[in-house]
Amino acid sequence: MKRNPSSITHHASRITHHSPLGSFLRAVTAIAWKDLAAELRSRELLSAMLVFALLVILIFNFALELDFKTRSTVTAGVLWVTFAFAGTLGLNRSMAIEKDRGCLDGLLLAPVDRSVIYFGKAISNLVFMFIVEAIVLPVYSVLYNTNLFNLGLIGVILLGSVGYVAVGTLLASMAVQARTRDVLLPILLFPVVLPVLVAAVKASNGLLQGLEMAEIMPWLNLLIVYDVIFIAIAFMVFDYVVEE
Amino acid sequence: MIEVKKLVKRFGLKTVLSGLDFQVEEGEFVALLGPNGAGKTTFLRILASLARPSMGEIRIAGYRLPAQAAAVRRRLGVVSHMPLLYGDLTAEENLIFFGQMYAVPRLAPRIDEVLELVGLTARRRDLLRTFSRGMQQRLAIGRAVLHDPEVMLFDEPHTGLDQDACDMLDKILRDVAARGRTVVMTSHDLARVEDLASRFDVLSRGVIAASVRRSDIRRNGLLAFYRQSLEEA
Repeated sequence: MKRNPSSITHHASRITHHSPLGSFLRAVTAIAWKDLAAELRSRELLSAMLVFALLVILIFNFALELDFKTRSTVTAGVLWVTFAFAGTLGLNRSMAIEKDRGCLDGLLLAPVDRSVIYFGKAISNLVFMFIVEAIVLPVYSVLYNTNLFNLGLIGVILLGSVGYVAVGTLLASMAVQARTRDVLLPILLFPVVLPVLVAAVKASNGLLQGLEMAEIMPWLNLLIVYDVIFIAIAFMVFDYVVEE
Repeated sequence: MIEVKKLVKRFGLKTVLSGLDFQVEEGEFVALLGPNGAGKTTFLRILASLARPSMGEIRIAGYRLPAQAAAVRRRLGVVSHMPLLYGDLTAEENLIFFGQMYAVPRLAPRIDEVLELVGLTARRRDLLRTFSRGMQQRLAIGRAVLHDPEVMLFDEPHTGLDQDACDMLDKILRDVAARGRTVVMTSHDLARVEDLASRFDVLSRGVIAASVRRSDIRRNGLLAFYRQSLEEA
């Protein structure tokens, strides 16, 4: 039952040696592609996020019954509450799909740096967030009669979503190990992501109110700093989070 | 090929593996037997670098765990009772994905070979969720051998399969072993592993309580050996 030498040579030829960065990016892309292809078929995650987000803005619309001036002051808050809640649903589901069929073990068995899994999952979560945001924004504009097509606002939404997903993907990987993961994720996530949400709401509000850039910049800088910090922390600790 | 010395694994106050020693030569097929809760799955998860040992020394193909885990994982193929595959991808897409994760060159012809090996060529474009449990397990083996690993770890691969699916799985397992791979398989089904393995180790109370070669088993009977090992442990 000894392994024959030709088989070993055969084995050696089976492993491709790319540059470390090339291999890293290839594996990240493979994970993101896999998530998007699976979601395109099932539409399980996106439809849940989207229905939830639309229901939240609809409920706010009827519950608040605000005049035009007040509406413009609450827009940023309502938008970010909607994105945060819908995002939590998506983050939970995205990791649950990996855990329930044991696929997370399949990913962890791959001979790649485990931060590859983090970045791959974060990219696909970010794409799902962007899709939901791209649908919510025009619906909100119509329902609340508010113009949201502002490049600055879109920039803030991108930055805020990156920070939210960066920390959310890490915490979802932790929460998914627990039986009470659905409850655990928001409890873990919201206190940690609060600085991102506050900065995103303040910056969005400033842009919608037409404030000077000098007044908005501190919030934008805070968003960028938190994005970088959260991504760096996740990169460093993900390996420990997913290992038993 | 696999060398484990004084392996200890604790979960809080509970010690699951208590100073386990284990060795497998290149090309050997070892069946790891033991009752439920003996620590077989925990041991295999540590070998697969999915769990960190509390203490002890592990070497696989000359690489240390957990320090050189990525190098070990490159040489390992793992099959558990769960398929570790995506239901919303086709059989072929699943293999493409894992092939990319393992950086398998000339992936398309390799996928053809693997699908042929596990008898799923005709179903390559079907979604995994439309497969029976037995077919999913065959594809799981395909995923595990895709990068042609030197060492294969099987954790109760027959769980939940009907008789026909078990027979087909055994045929694939024999084929995998015949290609010279080192195999460790956990099981509590003695009849199922009796004809497959070249050595039988009994795991009990966190250590290897007994070990016997198949040539010796034929004289004594595997069931008798197994019962006696558990009584003496």
